[in-house]
Amino acid sequence: MNFLDWAAFVVTMAGASGMLLRRDWRWSIALLAAAYLGVFWLVQSPWSISLAAVKLVTGWMVCAALAIAHRNAEEEAGDETAWPQGQLFRLAVIGLVLTVTFAGGIGLASWLGMSLPAAWGGLMLISMGLLHLGVTGQSFRVVLGLLTALAGFEVIYAAVESSALVAGLLALVNLGLAMVGAYFLPRQPEREQP
Amino acid sequence: MSAPAVWVFFPIALGGLLILLRNQRLITLLAGMACVLLALTALLLPIDTSHTIGSLTFRLNPSFEMLGRRLTLADHDRAWLALLYGASAFWFLAASSIQIARRLIPLGLVITGLLVAALAVEPFLYAALLIETAVLLAVPLLSPPDRKPGKGVLRFLIYQTLAMPFILFSGWLLSGIEANPGDLALVARAAALLGLGFALLLAIFPFYTWIPLLAEEVHPYVAGFLLWIFPTVTMFFGLGFLDRYAWLRDSAALPTILTMVGVLMVVSGGLLAFFQRHLGRMMGYAVMLESGFSLLGLGLGGSYGLHTFLLLFTPRLIGLALWALALSNLKEHDANLTLDGVKGAGRIWSFSSTSVVLASLSLAGAPMLASFPAHQAIWEGLARQSLTLTPWVFLGSLGLTISAIRVLASLVSAPDGSPWGARETRSQRVLLLLGWLCLFLLGILPSWVAAFWARLPALFEHLGQ
Repeated sequence: MNFLDWAAFVVTMAGASGMLLRRDWRWSIALLAAAYLGVFWLVQSPWSISLAAVKLVTGWMVCAALAIAHRNAEEEAGDETAWPQGQLFRLAVIGLVLTVTFAGGIGLASWLGMSLPAAWGGLMLISMGLLHLGVTGQSFRVVLGLLTALAGFEVIYAAVESSALVAGLLALVNLGLAMVGAYFLPRQPEREQP
Repeated sequence: MSAPAVWVFFPIALGGLLILLRNQRLITLLAGMACVLLALTALLLPIDTSHTIGSLTFRLNPSFEMLGRRLTLADHDRAWLALLYGASAFWFLAASSIQIARRLIPLGLVITGLLVAALAVEPFLYAALLIETAVLLAVPLLSPPDRKPGKGVLRFLIYQTLAMPFILFSGWLLSGIEANPGDLALVARAAALLGLGFALLLAIFPFYTWIPLLAEEVHPYVAGFLLWIFPTVTMFFGLGFLDRYAWLRDSAALPTILTMVGVLMVVSGGLLAFFQRHLGRMMGYAVMLESGFSLLGLGLGGSYGLHTFLLLFTPRLIGLALWALALSNLKEHDANLTLDGVKGAGRIWSFSSTSVVLASLSLAGAPMLASFPAHQAIWEGLARQSLTLTPWVFLGSLGLTISAIRVLASLVSAPDGSPWGARETRSQRVLLLLGWLCLFLLGILPSWVAAFWARLPALFEHLGQ
C-alpha cells in the first residue's frame, strides 16, 4: 500500500511539474488527467474507494470539458513576458518547490495524521498551482493553476473531512472552473457551409 | 412552506427562467417585482408564525433540510433579507434604463439567491463553497463571451477561489477549538487561516489589486453590483464567525488588527483614488475605502462598533448604485471613461455628471450626504481610541474628496458657449434624482435608516452586547 502511495505521489508530481514545463494544451490536459489519477489514489486511503472515485471522475470530466472546448477554440496568445522562459530555470523552481513542500509535508503529516506521500503530494500540488498562477496571464493556464491548487487542497482536506456533500460541492466547483476555462477560450469563427 | 424555499430557491429558479427570456422590460419587471415582493415579505411576514390570508393558513418554517445539512432562515434574519432583496430590486430596476437588464438580472438573481443560501447554511463552512459557486456564476457577467478576459477578471477569479480552501480548512480547525479551547497553537493556526481567507474574499490589502482593474475593464454597472453584493455578504458572513466564537470575539489583538487594516485600506483607497485618471478605477478605490471604514467600525468594538458598521450599508449601496448608473450613462460619451475623455461632458450629461460627483463625495464622507453620519461616528470613536490614527483616516477621505473635485473640474471644462443639456432618458433622470434625494435624506436624517437597522443587531447573539 505504501509503495502504491509513493507511486501515486510520483504520478501527481510528474503531472503537476509537466504542466509547468509543457506549453502544448494537449499535453497540459493529459498531465492534469494524470495528476487527478494520483489524487484519486492519495484520497482513497482516508476515504472509501467509491467516494474517492468521485474525484477521479470529476477530474477527468474537467479534462474532457477543457479538451473539447480547446479543440473548438483559437490558439490563445501568450502573456508570460515577466517570467524566464528557460526549461532549466523552471526545473530549478520545481526542485525548490519539491524541497520546500517536503519539509512542510513532514509537519503536516504528523499534525493531521496523514501518510507522507499524501501530505507532500497535497502541498506540492498547491504550490505548483500557485506557481502556475504566478507565471501566467493566459486564462486557460490560470484555470489549470486553480484546478491544480484545488486538487492539492482536496488531498489534504480529505484527511479531515469525509462528508459526501462537501465532496459533491467541491466536484461542482471543479466542474464550474472547467466551464469558466472553456468559456474564456476564444472561439473560432464559424466556417460557412459550402 | 419553508423560508429558504421563498428566499433561496425561488430567486434561483426565477433567475434560471429569466435567462431564457429576451425582452429586457419583461425581465426587469419580473425580477424587480419578485425582489420587491421578497423584501416586503421579509419585512412584514414573521418566520415560524402561522399566517391567515382569507381561508388560507400557512406558516413559514425556518429550516429546509437537504442531504443531512440545513438551510435556516430564522425570524431575526428578516432584516438582512429585506436589505439584500430591497437593494437587489434597486439594482435590477435601474438596469433596464441602461440596456443591461438581460445580461445582469438573470445571473444577478441567481447570485443573490446563492449568497443568501451561503448565509443560511448550517454547518456554516458550506458557505465558502456556495460563495465560490456564486463567484463562478459572476464570470459571464464580467466577461462577455466575445471578449478576452482582462487581468481584473482573472485576478477576481483567482483571489476569490483561493479564499475558499482557507475558509473550509479554518472551519475544521474552529470545530477543533470548540472541543479544546485551551490549545493555543490551534487557535493561532485557525486565526491565521481565517484571516487570510477573509483578506482574500474582502480584497483586503494586499489582495485588493483586482478591484481597480475590474472596475476599469468591466461595465461600470456590473462592476458596481458585484462590488456591492460580494463584500456585503462576506461581511455578514464574517460577523457570523465573530458572533459564534468567543475566543475570536474576545481576542485582545482583534480590534487592533481590524483598526490597523482598516486605516491601511482607507489611506490606500483614498490616496490611490486621488492619482487615478479613470473614473471606473476611482469607483474601485472608493469601494476599498468603504471596506476600510467597515473594518474600522468593527474595530471600535461593542455595540457602538456594530451599529456604525451596520449604518454604513445603506449609504454604500446608494452611493455605489448612483455612481455606477451615472458612469454607465457617461460611457456613451466616452467609452474609456478617462478624465480627458469626459471633459465637458457635464454640459450635456448634466444629471449623470452631478451624480458621479455627489456619489463620490458621499462615499468620501462629505457633510450633508449619506455616508457622513456613519463616517463621523467612526472618526469620533477612533479619535477616542487613538489620536494618531485619526488624521490618517482623514487623509484617505480627503484623497477621495479631491479626486471628486478633479472629476468635477474635468466634467465642466467645456469651451465657452457650449450649450447645457441633459441627454439622459426620462427614466434615467428619475432614477438619478431619486438617488440624489436618498443621499441627502440619509445625510440629513440618518435616524430613519438607523431605526431600520436597530433590528439587525438581534441577529448576532453575542456581538455588540
